[in-house]
Amino acid sequence: MTAPFKDRARAALADPVLKLAIDRTTGNAERKRAAALAAFPEFDAARARGRAIKDHVVAHLDHYLELFEKNATARGAQVHWAADDAEARAIVTRICLAADAKLVTRAKSMLGEEIGLPHALADAGIERVETDLAEHIIQLAGEAPSHIIWPAMHRTREQVAELFKAGHQPPPAAEDPATMVQSARRVLREKFLSADIGISGANFLIADTGATCTVTNEGNAELTTTPPRIHIVTAGIEKLVPSTAHAFALLRLLVRSATGGEMTQYTTFHAGPRRPGDADGPEEMHIVLVDNGRTKMLADEFREMLRCIRCGACMNHCVVYRQIGGHAYGGTYPGPMGSVLTPVLDGLAASRDLPNACTMNGRCAEVCPVGIPLPTLLRAWRRRSWREGLEPGPLRAGIGLWAQLARRPRLYRLATRIGLPLMRLFGRSGWIARLPLAGGWTAHRDLPRPAARSFMDQYRAQQKARK
Amino acid sequence: MPGEPKPTVGLFVTCLVDAIRPQIGFATLQLLEEAGCVVEVPQAQTCCGQPALNSGDDRDAAHLARQTIAAFEGYDHVVLPSGSCAATMVHGYPELLAGDPDWAARARAMAAKTHEITSFLADVMGYAPAGRRLQASATYHDSCSGLRELGIAAQPRALLSHVEGLEMRGLPGNDVCCGFGGTFCVKYADISNAIVTEKAEAIEETGAELLLAGDLGCLMNMAGKLNRRGAKTRCFHTVEVLAGRAEGPAIGEEAP
Repeated sequence: MTAPFKDRARAALADPVLKLAIDRTTGNAERKRAAALAAFPEFDAARARGRAIKDHVVAHLDHYLELFEKNATARGAQVHWAADDAEARAIVTRICLAADAKLVTRAKSMLGEEIGLPHALADAGIERVETDLAEHIIQLAGEAPSHIIWPAMHRTREQVAELFKAGHQPPPAAEDPATMVQSARRVLREKFLSADIGISGANFLIADTGATCTVTNEGNAELTTTPPRIHIVTAGIEKLVPSTAHAFALLRLLVRSATGGEMTQYTTFHAGPRRPGDADGPEEMHIVLVDNGRTKMLADEFREMLRCIRCGACMNHCVVYRQIGGHAYGGTYPGPMGSVLTPVLDGLAASRDLPNACTMNGRCAEVCPVGIPLPTLLRAWRRRSWREGLEPGPLRAGIGLWAQLARRPRLYRLATRIGLPLMRLFGRSGWIARLPLAGGWTAHRDLPRPAARSFMDQYRAQQKARK
Repeated sequence: MPGEPKPTVGLFVTCLVDAIRPQIGFATLQLLEEAGCVVEVPQAQTCCGQPALNSGDDRDAAHLARQTIAAFEGYDHVVLPSGSCAATMVHGYPELLAGDPDWAARARAMAAKTHEITSFLADVMGYAPAGRRLQASATYHDSCSGLRELGIAAQPRALLSHVEGLEMRGLPGNDVCCGFGGTFCVKYADISNAIVTEKAEAIEETGAELLLAGDLGCLMNMAGKLNRRGAKTRCFHTVEVLAGRAEGPAIGEEAP
């Protein structure tokens, strides 16, 4: 399964417009995050607190899940449990079909993507409308999100104009951002008001109130969750926090790390369906709590990944993501956090390239607001892949041969004594432009010609001469 | 202090320095002696095991870790002209051997006295080069392992500030990976190429005559790309400049 990732990566690298789009957005994100942190001197303390909150919840997940279910149920919400993606899809579809829903609006949720909700709704014959502007764009393009914060970040403004021209009736009058946003607003507003069901994700599940919390910068989540008769929340079980105060502590980290803002435009708490006397709100509220590999992570070396608050900082600062974009990763979650999560979700055999396609430079861990040691977790996948024999034969043979040689210092010296002069034959002047078996290197760069005599040989000769 | 015994240092030259650019090893040796250390180069050294460790081959990596520990644990300090190999010993070895009752403590003890050369010179020995001159403009790339796993950033810059005539220029994205990543550069050659191309462009835009860094792996990657692009930038390991050995051929230049 190594070919598809490399093929996707190669195609991405060959697309100059994609590179332009990625650089614009990640570059902005990086600058804004840096500025937000510079203006938030207590960031390190906040980060330590955020990490402690998540670790505490993960260590007592059963307790908080029960508490959340009890309190959410008391508020009139119906809580459902899904062990995996298929069960989650089935629960949501069943609720939609029971309500005879024709039109469903959806506020951006990566978990919805993870469990394959868009396809499940289509298969059930239900019209699905994505209401987040970026999700609206990729729905028009027939694509999946390429980033967890900016799903359409791989598309330039110019490409979006093309999509709107083809997808909006009537098409927008001009290509400036304001006109295009107006056009999307007009198209979506009609859907907001006629939807039977609104489906959202949750950034936090608050155990002591039974409320769910959703943050957006567009207000589309409110319009998705309030007018329809039924509101369905799908959320991973790791989204729990003990209280509203804890949610805010994490929110301070999330927003600064994600967009460089201090606070989201909209932070909404949903605590059960409409009560008698309420001006608005859905008649029914369903909360689908999804495991899908999370309790398995709890028990193994990937446990720390459950701290992730889905801010996207790791991908914005990743040299690999910034060259190939999100789609090349082939899973719901791209970038470093995705390279840890995708093998959990899709199996290591199908995704062993992801933990390998990383330079181990550590920048992702440096910017992670909850201190997830991403390179360590990626190395854990490599270890497992090696143990399970998933690594390609030539690599295993190469590393094995190297190790055998390195384990025998005298033989190693002999090999360098013979090998270095041989290698030098391939070079003219100081450089080697082509070397057999080193095509991966010399296809793109020259190799400095090795020394005629190794350091160890020269050093030993010097020591002898001294005596 | 007079009368006080000189610290003993075991020098690990790294497999790349050994084979590609021994001059870096000799520069390191010279600086350590100038700083007042008694230096030895144990013959039982080969590779620190990082390629195996990063490929997931823990068994071979652990074997090389034990071999290296056995060869070096007798010295007061272990010093390397490479942040990434040093990080392998400082963080990798204790992790690799944590479950090995015979070796866990030895790995931790070794980690505690292992240093990358510029941090050893600046932080442990309080050394500053004297009387060095190099009339050139230079820019510096922060290699990732040294920077993030060992906190090396100020030390090489402080040491370089003592070289008279050397004009240091900022490198935009100085802390962004060059795309080497050990086996990454050959396993994902296309992605690596895209990354190092951006790095080379940034280096060329500084207009600096020299590129300096503390890891030969990263330097080979950047130097190889710069040469392929026809750039005139000359590449040296930091210690070569500090030891006054940057008058001769740069990486990839032939001795006259």
